[in-house]
Amino acid sequence: MAESKRIFTFLLRFIAFCTTLSAAIIMASSREKTTVLALSVEAKYSDTPAFKYFVIVNAIVSIYGFLILFLPSKSQLWRLVVALDAVFTMLLTSSISAALAIAYVGKEGNPNAGWLPICDQVRKYCNQVKGALIVGFISLILYILLFLYSVHKALNPLLLEKS
Amino acid sequence: MALQSGETLAMLVGNIWSKPRSRYWTLLGLRLLAFLAAAAATLVMALNKQTKTFVVGTIGTTPLKLTLTAKFQHTPAFVFFVIANGLVCMHNLVMIMVDLVGSKFDYKGLRFPMVAILDMLNVALVSGGANAAAFMAELGKNGNSHARWDKICDKFGAYCDRGGGALIASFLALAFMLLISFISILKLVNSSSHCSVSHNNN
Repeated sequence: MAESKRIFTFLLRFIAFCTTLSAAIIMASSREKTTVLALSVEAKYSDTPAFKYFVIVNAIVSIYGFLILFLPSKSQLWRLVVALDAVFTMLLTSSISAALAIAYVGKEGNPNAGWLPICDQVRKYCNQVKGALIVGFISLILYILLFLYSVHKALNPLLLEKS
Repeated sequence: MALQSGETLAMLVGNIWSKPRSRYWTLLGLRLLAFLAAAAATLVMALNKQTKTFVVGTIGTTPLKLTLTAKFQHTPAFVFFVIANGLVCMHNLVMIMVDLVGSKFDYKGLRFPMVAILDMLNVALVSGGANAAAFMAELGKNGNSHARWDKICDKFGAYCDRGGGALIASFLALAFMLLISFISILKLVNSSSHCSVSHNNN
């Protein structure tokens, strides 16, 4: 039972590492160059600070996830992992919330501020950003589950009886 | 202050911080500060509105005027900001009530876990709201030349200033909520190490 729990959490951490890494890569490789009315328009992820923040945070969290995979399960450092998991989950929340806000403006525009949507001109870029945000959201859910599990394992918050 | 064998870091911090009176008032004071900061952020952003009349041209001698309003409802990120800070406000109010008058309820042992979990959830909520609004405010202040989005802060200066003030209040509330969450988790660890048998290695 304990063995299968360990394997399950290891697998979950590996999948979370893969999703954060792929979210960072998909967002960083989104680039498109089109010509609109004889003007060449290029859209990159680095035009917007929110997307840059998203890439940086996902890169940091994927490095953390990679290092955590090598922690032996009997170590007492799992208590530190609770705090680190909390910090990185909060970072992921903030990064995806910021990227979603800017991506919404890019897709729907903001007519009150005179900002036109750009998604119909650079469709491929928009789709790639959408994909990166979806993968980022999945990684956020996985990290929340991992955080709750490590809190449960290290702190026993529901005060379950030891059998 | 070296750790003795069998003593964990949490128990050491709990022993140092063992005056229950000052700890109680510290937590209550922090909750009050977080409540005030979140309430300030909500109110300042929710009442944020600026109307300005622009002259866009002249027909003969009469100028053509155009009246534009900047409201917080125009931006979904600011709506989320107001809702998130309002929820954090309510949460802190409920927790203050529980601390002051709730000692007679029977929580069936779930008081410390629920407070800790709810505090962590609210930290995530306020961090999401504050960050989304911060990036939208940066977009409004600097514009984005690649997408041809003009900045609006030079025209609606008061709206931008008030929005910036609400953002600062929200980040202060986030800092206070982080401290409160840390203290709640420490309380949880202390209570579980007193009540149950030792559970340090599984």
